[in-house]
Amino acid sequence: MSLLQGKKVIIIGDRDGIPGPAIEECVKTAGAEVIFSSTECFV
Amino acid sequence: MDLENQKRVKEFADKYGAENIVVVLGAAEGEAAGLAAETVTNGDPTFAGPLTGVQLGLSVFHVCEPEIKDEIDEAVYDEQISMMEMVLDVDDIINEMTPIREDYCKYL
Amino acid sequence: MNSVIKGTSYVLVHVPDMVIHNGTTQTTERTVNPNSEYLKQIKDHLRSFEQVVAYLPNQTYIGNLIPEELGKYEQPWHDKNLDNADRFGKYGEIMPQDEFIILMQMCDVFDLVKLESSFLEGTKKKLKNHPLFDDDLMQRIKAGEDVAVIKKYVEEEHAEPLYHNGNLVGCVKRAHDLDVNLNAHVMHENLVSKASNVLALLNLVYKNNINREDIDYVIDCSEEACGDMNQRGGGNFAKACAEVAGFVNATGSDTRGFCAGPTHALIEAAALVKAGVFRNVVVSAGGATAKLGMNGKDHIKKGLPVLEDVLGGFAVLVSENDGINPEINLDLVGRHTVGTGSSPQAVITSLVSSLDKAGMKITDVDKYSVEMQNPDVTKPAGAGDVPLANYKMIGALAVKRGDIDKKDLASFTEQHGMQGWAPTQGHIPSGVPYIGFCREDILEGKIKNTMIVGKGSLFLGRMTNLFDGVSFIIEANKGKSEPQSTISEDKIKELIAQALKNFASNLMAE
Repeated sequence: MSLLQGKKVIIIGDRDGIPGPAIEECVKTAGAEVIFSSTECFV
Repeated sequence: MDLENQKRVKEFADKYGAENIVVVLGAAEGEAAGLAAETVTNGDPTFAGPLTGVQLGLSVFHVCEPEIKDEIDEAVYDEQISMMEMVLDVDDIINEMTPIREDYCKYL
Repeated sequence: MNSVIKGTSYVLVHVPDMVIHNGTTQTTERTVNPNSEYLKQIKDHLRSFEQVVAYLPNQTYIGNLIPEELGKYEQPWHDKNLDNADRFGKYGEIMPQDEFIILMQMCDVFDLVKLESSFLEGTKKKLKNHPLFDDDLMQRIKAGEDVAVIKKYVEEEHAEPLYHNGNLVGCVKRAHDLDVNLNAHVMHENLVSKASNVLALLNLVYKNNINREDIDYVIDCSEEACGDMNQRGGGNFAKACAEVAGFVNATGSDTRGFCAGPTHALIEAAALVKAGVFRNVVVSAGGATAKLGMNGKDHIKKGLPVLEDVLGGFAVLVSENDGINPEINLDLVGRHTVGTGSSPQAVITSLVSSLDKAGMKITDVDKYSVEMQNPDVTKPAGAGDVPLANYKMIGALAVKRGDIDKKDLASFTEQHGMQGWAPTQGHIPSGVPYIGFCREDILEGKIKNTMIVGKGSLFLGRMTNLFDGVSFIIEANKGKSEPQSTISEDKIKELIAQALKNFASNLMAE
């Protein structure tokens, strides 16, 4: 069963890991709906 | 996790139903990924934010974990993430994320 | 002709009480969880001034320990000291909190900083031995106040208290009763930024034998904004700081871009000098109280001292080409554009691929100065080793471009990278901490060039989701030469004659 297909996705990206918009591009291709995308910064 | 982000996660879980939501993380290290995962499943372990004591049990993955990676278009993953995958310690991230999901996720 | 890096200064200010009272992690905790264990524990995890001075990354920041030597010490560094550590360094100094509070009053021209009499007199005596505080600055100190008066300002007029060793020693008053942009919190934050910037400017002229009157322009690239309710970021820190530092012939302006601010500002300074607009431009920044103790919860959880206990500041003098100092090569400016995208590989490619313009390989740059955050601070907080991650990305890009073999990735990060040593003050670690060392390394012939990379998280301002970054190259001076004229004298005469002819015919037509 697909984890992402048809799901509502919340993205918590990281400035020094993978930022939110990059994850957004990815999960959209799996049929997920992005309802929130944010990028955290620890520095 | 940032307090504002915790608030938003809680609002979305209330609005759409926790079973319909998947949280995808991009943390730089396993430990940070684990803390964020714990926050959206078992509540904020730092006792600071709106998710303190709130056990949402959301499904949560790091974008580099195979479960998520396998569902993403390969070309897009390659363009957006692949180089960073070389930089991150993906095994460490998997080791941190897996037990948290096993213990606290309610919808897998 | 390209401009040159003529001098640099780097300063830190140890402010343990401001960690507790002004860092946003702590102020937020006090709002949401006033009785938390963290707030009870924090004062027991603060370092003494001596510990902060002896801390290896801090000694590196002010120039007493070179990056290669720092890299030889095994991490973590918080449990190791530099034996012959000194608060004064080759490039600047580490100032203790009590002296800095007096400097804040010296920088206050609106009678907002009130200091308790005995604290003031005691610290004033200390300052008389400081090489930078001349009579002009000492005369800026005002009369002391009774502690009861200060308490009244704090309790009844929303003044921001100033503590030293846990004692109330003064306050910053609000500058307006209703305007939130001039409230005591903002005035405190801005005066701290101003005073630490001024400290960097004073060290710049002192350590590099620079004549203050020669400075034409100052660009402040700190993280704060000053203004009132009608123009929240109106400015201008640069001119305000230049005034206190005695740069009588300078004006200036502020440049912002989150952590990328300093690199943007340096490119602007280099362009102003190269274009002949100004001869001597200073790029400088003060520190940010908000970021003090930002990752303090993680540090305490792991039994570490709160390592984010210093404000940072720096200044760089960009001057017209003297034929000696390293040049800023403006032909090789890299930039992250609106269309670049935000994947980490797109970001780093946009910043490094400026080398293509000169047909250079990634390995043709001897050292990369990226985001030089001290890993001692970031690793326990889950943010990883930020400079190392940057070097791995640049190395991975080099593999992709065919500049190096995949098996040479590890040695690439060692050869072309460095360990980070800068405090997590946002703008302070971003590219600029190496400029002082690189100037010397290039002058001594240890390296021939370096790339300075600044990156900024614009999305934190909630105006765009975009990331940002700019980069430029500093390289050995190619020697002073007059630019070759590409247009002949006859051609100039012809152009002037044509222009005059057009002018005359226009006049006749009217």
